[in-house]
Amino acid sequence: MTESGTVYSIILAFLFAVAAGLVGSFALMKRMILAADVISHVALPGLGLAFLFHFNPLLGGGATLFLGTLLIWKLQRNESFSTEVAIGVVFAGSVAIGAALTPKEDLVDAFFGKFEPISGFTFVIGILAVALIVYFIFRCKSALILNLFSPELAAATGINLNRLNLLFLLAFSLTVLIGLRFMGALLAGALIIIPAATGRRLANSIGFFLLASSLVSVLAVGLGFLVNTYVLRGLSLAPTIVMVSALMFGLSLIRPKA
Amino acid sequence: MTTGIILSVQALSIQFDNRSVIHNLSFAVDAGDNVAIIGPNGAGKTVLLKALLGLLPFRGEVHWSPGVRLGYVPQKVAADRQMPIRVHDLLAAKAHVLKLPPRSIDAVATLAGLTPEVLDASIGIISGGQFQKALIAFALLGKPNVLLFDEPTASLDELAEERVYELVERLQREQHLTVLMVSHDLSIVYRAANKVLCVSKDTVCFGPPREVLTPATLEAMYSAPPKFFLHQHGQEPEIPPAAAKHD
Repeated sequence: MTESGTVYSIILAFLFAVAAGLVGSFALMKRMILAADVISHVALPGLGLAFLFHFNPLLGGGATLFLGTLLIWKLQRNESFSTEVAIGVVFAGSVAIGAALTPKEDLVDAFFGKFEPISGFTFVIGILAVALIVYFIFRCKSALILNLFSPELAAATGINLNRLNLLFLLAFSLTVLIGLRFMGALLAGALIIIPAATGRRLANSIGFFLLASSLVSVLAVGLGFLVNTYVLRGLSLAPTIVMVSALMFGLSLIRPKA
Repeated sequence: MTTGIILSVQALSIQFDNRSVIHNLSFAVDAGDNVAIIGPNGAGKTVLLKALLGLLPFRGEVHWSPGVRLGYVPQKVAADRQMPIRVHDLLAAKAHVLKLPPRSIDAVATLAGLTPEVLDASIGIISGGQFQKALIAFALLGKPNVLLFDEPTASLDELAEERVYELVERLQREQHLTVLMVSHDLSIVYRAANKVLCVSKDTVCFGPPREVLTPATLEAMYSAPPKFFLHQHGQEPEIPPAAAKHD
């Protein structure tokens, strides 16, 4: 299983990159960069419980991600709370609980991920999750664009904004969950945001923006693997990928914004 | 084409945090009417339009006749104009949501006077007048028979403002639309509207502009003597439109 498990893991990493580029493009336009980071941190308490009681970390991380997503959605709807306040509270609380629950020897893996082979079952579930995210983005692309442009006009067009926002947050969390295993709770959000920020600098239409963000994300993962294999062998994969992403963003600054 | 009463509003009241914005408002609009909604800032004109669109909770009754399709042009759109969204992307998104054929985009673009260059331009680089035309084209998708405008020229210079009003009047004439328009410009109210609805804390009036917009009503509504009113013997305002703003 190790050899095929490694291949599965590599393929799923690339598929995660595609989903991250698509979701990240809309997250960037929705100005959800801060929320994006926080959502991935919400997985920490679940990861900590999983490491503590020796069950599948994705199950634990997924459970708290789901609960945290619902909590952020509810807090965003509550007009007496600013989103920043909600995010600040959830972020700090999650990191603290996660750090308290996770055994010390597993803390680095929980924070920064660990690249390892996966089972055929996990691979199939991962593919289904990516398919679901890609389907949602393309099925609801028009509604998401209208909501970005003007929530008021989107509502007047008959779009259920509460449902759309919840579905987007769930798609975001699912993307984080797929990347959680090898990117860790602290860096999974980074691959959603940084390639999208790069794609934004290159694109002047929504279609090209989605394409550019996904391609940059895939390229960052690919280059990250290469750099990690041949240059920075001692380093974890996730920080390498994020550094490559940041470098690509830096390079995109040389080119005038599209 | 819809005829008779197209909108009936009965005892409409809207509150925010126990503060009454609109209290016990009743009026009816006939198909083909051009109703100007006027009133001082903060009187609840925008709130009224949003309630009519079903975007805000309210007490009372708002009844649109069957078969009514609403188009809405907001006062301003708080969108990030730096988003990589072209005018065409925006119209295509609404057409997709409403399951309209792609050719409907070209139809509304022609009606609103949007050139292919503007359609292909990003929303961040077009002028205020072009942006307003894009919003009107957006509202026209889905073939509405009622258009609700919230100060469609609030951020435009006079020339662009005049063009937008000409466009609205042409659309109403050619598309047989019913129009409800919030406006601060009394010259436009006299020129285009056949009914005027005053929304103000202390004054409510509804009827033909020449009957209900008396100096006394205007003074009571704006808590100041009117700078402008129409002389009854004339058909057109005697003061240039630029001087006729009540804001």
